[in-house]
Amino acid sequence: MPVWYTTIGIVGLAVVTVLTRGFFLLSDREVELPPWAVQGLRYAPIAALVAVIAPEIVLTNGALLATWADARIYAVLVATAYFWWRRGILGTILSGTAVLLALKIGLGW
Amino acid sequence: MSFIRHPEFRRGFNETVAPSLGIAAWGLVTGVAMVKSGLSLPVAVLMTMLVYAGSAQLAALPLIVAGAPLWVLWATAFCVNLRFVIYSAHWRRYFGHLPRAQRLLLGYCAVDLSYVLFARRFPHAVPHPEQLPYFWGSAAWNWLSWQGASLLGIVLADRVPTEWGLGFAGVLALLGITYSLLSDKKTWVAAGVAAFVAVAAFALPLKLNIVAAIAAGVAIGLLLDRAFRDPAAGRA
Repeated sequence: MPVWYTTIGIVGLAVVTVLTRGFFLLSDREVELPPWAVQGLRYAPIAALVAVIAPEIVLTNGALLATWADARIYAVLVATAYFWWRRGILGTILSGTAVLLALKIGLGW
Repeated sequence: MSFIRHPEFRRGFNETVAPSLGIAAWGLVTGVAMVKSGLSLPVAVLMTMLVYAGSAQLAALPLIVAGAPLWVLWATAFCVNLRFVIYSAHWRRYFGHLPRAQRLLLGYCAVDLSYVLFARRFPHAVPHPEQLPYFWGSAAWNWLSWQGASLLGIVLADRVPTEWGLGFAGVLALLGITYSLLSDKKTWVAAGVAAFVAVAAFALPLKLNIVAAIAAGVAIGLLLDRAFRDPAAGRA
């Protein structure tokens, strides 16, 4: 890995970050979206969230969970129970992570 | 910078603190991954400071190590980041009136967490003076916690136990936010469909399953809006 290659590569990746996150913010001219698209954007945040997390929860190397001895199942169950009980994000993270670490370190899952 | 004293700056900041704990765990894992894949310390620091996009960084690492052509590297990151293009259409509704330089700086900082928290705080996509301070309150804390954790991961790469799966804390953080967004039945269905598509289409390259899932979730939401009109739908 020559230094020039990684440096240019990384600077280019930063440009990609700006281009993608700012894609529809780039133009100074009015960006006209059809009304259905504007209405549909209401569902974009929730869809993006579950799209990011669902595979992380139920897949292992691209295959569906095949065993109950997976710490993630119980971490998600406990985190879910905590959320609907108390509605706090902090407790959701901490309770789920505690279960995850207990099973991973304690039982080697 | 007067908006730092705006109450909405504080609110955006406060609402980001708890979930950022999970995001920080993700940043830590990303920092470790950069060093473990063979990047030198200064290059890893440069990468986290400039690129500021975890999933794109992780996708880029094996390509950089293999010395892939630069256009392949950049095209891969672009595809992995495609969900941000969708977010940016949403951001345009809120911040289209700002000068371009400010819009782009804002876009650069508009990560997943800031996007979903912002859309939850301001569900109606019309500009309002409270939005900019809220955005920066959230984005500032997200930047600090991600970069801090990422740098920590870079420095402590050999001592962070990756086998504990700490990055899963990031999933739990987003899970909690997902639950907080589930408002009505239509949202539940859209979320369920998006989750199913993301898993079913996981074999697609370049994380395109995420784009497919967002498209499916939005499409089903629109269909439901059309099939079951409720009084609130007109304002959305």
